[in-house]
Amino acid sequence: MTERTVKLLKGQTGDWEIVIGMEVHAQILSNSKLFSGAATAFGASPNSQVSFIDAGMPGMLPVINKWCVEQAVRTGLGLKAQINLTSVFDRKNYFYPDLPQGYQISQYKSPIVGEGEILLDMNDGSTIPVGIERLHMEQDAGKSVHDQSPDSSFVDLNRSGVALMEIVSKPHMRSSEEAAAFLKKLRAILRYLGTCDGNMDEGSMRADVNVSVCKAGGYDKFRATGDFKHLGTRCEIKNVNSMRFVAQAVEYEARRQIDVIEDGGTIRQETRLFDSKAGETRSMRSKEDAHDYRYFPDPDLLPLVLDQAWVDGIKASLPELPDEKKTRLTKAGLSAYDASVLVAEKESADYFEAMMASGADAKAAANWLNNEYFGRLNKAGLAIADGPVSAGANAAIVKMVAANTISGKIAKDLLDIVWSEGGDPEAIVEARGLKQVTDTGAIEKVVDDVIAANPDKVEEVKAKPKLASWFVGQVMKASGGKANPGAVNAILKQKLNLPD
Amino acid sequence: MSLPTKLTDFSLAEARDAVQAKKVSSKELTTAFVKAVADARPLNAFVTETPEKALEMAVASDVRIAHGEARPLEGLPLAIKDLFCTKGVKTTAGSKILGNFIPPYESTVSQNLWDAGAVMLGKTNMDEFAMGSSNETSHFGPVFNPWRARNSNANLVPGGSSGGSAAAVAGNLCLAATGTDTGGSIRQPAAVTGTVGIKPTYGRCSRFGIVAFASSLDQAGPMTRTVRDAALLLKHMASVDPKDSTSVDIPVPDYEATLEDGVKGLRVGIPKEYRIDNMPPEIEQLWQKGIEWLKAQGAEIVDVSLPHTKYALPTYYIVAPAEASSNLARYDGVRYGHRASGPKDIVDLYERSRAEGFGKEVQRRILIGTYVLSSGYYDAYYSRAQKLRTLILRDFTEAYKKCDVLLTPATPGPAFGVGEKTADPVEMYLNDVFTVTVNLAGLPGIAVPAGLTANGLPLGLQLIGKAFDEATLFKAARAIEIAAGFTAKPTEWWRAA
Repeated sequence: MTERTVKLLKGQTGDWEIVIGMEVHAQILSNSKLFSGAATAFGASPNSQVSFIDAGMPGMLPVINKWCVEQAVRTGLGLKAQINLTSVFDRKNYFYPDLPQGYQISQYKSPIVGEGEILLDMNDGSTIPVGIERLHMEQDAGKSVHDQSPDSSFVDLNRSGVALMEIVSKPHMRSSEEAAAFLKKLRAILRYLGTCDGNMDEGSMRADVNVSVCKAGGYDKFRATGDFKHLGTRCEIKNVNSMRFVAQAVEYEARRQIDVIEDGGTIRQETRLFDSKAGETRSMRSKEDAHDYRYFPDPDLLPLVLDQAWVDGIKASLPELPDEKKTRLTKAGLSAYDASVLVAEKESADYFEAMMASGADAKAAANWLNNEYFGRLNKAGLAIADGPVSAGANAAIVKMVAANTISGKIAKDLLDIVWSEGGDPEAIVEARGLKQVTDTGAIEKVVDDVIAANPDKVEEVKAKPKLASWFVGQVMKASGGKANPGAVNAILKQKLNLPD
Repeated sequence: MSLPTKLTDFSLAEARDAVQAKKVSSKELTTAFVKAVADARPLNAFVTETPEKALEMAVASDVRIAHGEARPLEGLPLAIKDLFCTKGVKTTAGSKILGNFIPPYESTVSQNLWDAGAVMLGKTNMDEFAMGSSNETSHFGPVFNPWRARNSNANLVPGGSSGGSAAAVAGNLCLAATGTDTGGSIRQPAAVTGTVGIKPTYGRCSRFGIVAFASSLDQAGPMTRTVRDAALLLKHMASVDPKDSTSVDIPVPDYEATLEDGVKGLRVGIPKEYRIDNMPPEIEQLWQKGIEWLKAQGAEIVDVSLPHTKYALPTYYIVAPAEASSNLARYDGVRYGHRASGPKDIVDLYERSRAEGFGKEVQRRILIGTYVLSSGYYDAYYSRAQKLRTLILRDFTEAYKKCDVLLTPATPGPAFGVGEKTADPVEMYLNDVFTVTVNLAGLPGIAVPAGLTANGLPLGLQLIGKAFDEATLFKAARAIEIAAGFTAKPTEWWRAA
């Protein structure tokens, strides 16, 4: 592992460090809510997925959804975290029209998951460990709608009671890149586990980013002592809903805090909002305005007690996660970089593995995907699932290149054909005569023709052997790209008496 | 066994036997009670009468009986405390804030009763959100106790919060009624109306569909004229319920089957801490009588100590309001119930809807509860109260090493006058001094009529049992019932009114 490069921000009074912690709300993938049987589909018509429990009707009682508990445990295990066999649901009390019970059921003092760790994969190939403080389950609130009428507000309770996991990191991130990488890696893990779909634009994953700045060296003192006094006062930026915005918000906020301090001011602990249009953060409420949530254990729910054997069963059923997959792919011959690019998204990893299952060589498949296919998808703005070429078809192309059936050049053309017209790559190669010519007799004939037609060039080449590439190009052109480039080179060398 | 001449004088068990034997039809029985309810309006025991529904159910019951398909409570008219949500029938919890609330669902306890064939006469009046010991905090006005002191026309309270149910049972307006008990709300009104009331073990009856007051203390139970009736009714109220995570999956025994087994060899604990300062001599004497009655029937009397008893009332008045302050947050005027008119913004809507919708006692408890949970006070109040709760339960666990049930007075005195204690909330709270410990410990407790005061008002004794040992409580209560021979009835003064 390479040494972690800590990004310092220059100020008038010296260098500053950024310290970042995150709280991520991830919606548990579940057909029904955390404490009721109501459905959870995204985009349903307002108030169509609301049970009497979700609407806070008199006498209604919450009943824990076991599926959701299992997903929280699964996620905890995926984060290499401590699973707490006893956890407690608390009520967080406050009034808001989209909070029908007048309290949110959450876990406060005794969360279901304790400390864990995830590894960030940075662009330079390095990995950075970031501590997980805890994971707890809680209900989502409904949605207030203020822009439909000048004199009324509306409430949609479809989200009310939907199960969330709040995943809290330790303040271990030190740049906007690391913050974005944290969110990316966390999302990948959740998707691998299948516990959250990670769709940030549908709100199924939302990040609150805590940012503080301190003078260079402060962070190391904090890590050495655990004493928060070495860090600056943090501000919490609420509901940042994309990786790009996370990076922007951190950059803006860190610079803002440095400017405030260097102008002789102090940072107040507060909650801020990220305005993605203006690219800036704005004060929402200060700590003094914060609610007194009057947390206390929810008397409607008994402490949640898990059986170790049940937890072990979940652990045994965990899928291979990105870090393990990366290790395996590296062992199969991929570079650390290629492996981390492929495993970063479950979809790309699955696609890659499907190619391998179809018999493509790992390294060739990785190069092909990273250099050709994913680029085309990006350009077209398509997700892997929506791409027009199957893993089997791409594997067939890669295999034909490896078997010298087609050239690399033809392979790219072939991908374009399959992309736009569909069809079986092998059948297309056959039908359109795209097979590479490896018959030396046929190539020799073309070489002879080209030499005969260009006596002046033959003389030039003898003086300047580097010009041989011109002949290669002519031969390839004359063969319609089908001649095997290796064979062409060898025959040309021999016919033109060129040195090796 | 000779049956009473008036249908409304039947006990629940007598009515059951008569209906099942086709000596009386449910329609006859129900018609008699519907009339009794209407005649007793001066008592204000009901918030909502449902005579049409009652007769419809009675007719359906008679059809089932005719087809030989009678269920255990077939055709028996009951009154339901207005804290139980009843589908399509207004459920107010005694509050203006739910004054027009019609639930689209049924509570599990009432559903169990309808599934057993029972008939609904209506919904009984109660202290607002079950907060009170006299039924005077109801938005729908006080309930009057069917009992009056000898040679007096003064109206007395029926106790609370299940005051309407107690009055309806004592006044023979129904065969039996449901109540709920958070700190004594079944046992205290039962004691001061000469009826039987049991608060079962926490988790015995489902809380689903019961408007919540203090979730960790609330428990539904029967209010009846005899111990047998209580045993019969509880059997059909109790169930484990997948919709209530705190309900407990322990089979409900046939309490009636063991009712007459007697108390020979039963160890009855007498907790010395229940001998409180300024205890009226009548209460002391009644307690002594109870001890003698049980001893005479073969029980062994054991002195026990429950040293944390004195902390029970303060603990209760922290835990219950804390939970209530959160449970009652949902009454905000946004989705159902009372909403203030012309709010200028959301905060104004909340403040005025709740100020207009909640009565004084409810507001007082919301404030107490909010205070004890607030940051900086939580440790001093709520967390210490929780620790005390553990100690109080431990007192009982220790005591039950030496005895099987405990015998105590049910209330510090008989029914008091309407308006007599409303000025001082603490004096009102003291009514629950003998009953709250049981809720804090989650144990079952039963109040059984044991005698009359010198001026003719009923008094009760309380038996406290081990968790889920209601069967023993019923046996012991039956022994007291036999010995006390309590046959007094209130004069039906309200008929002349």
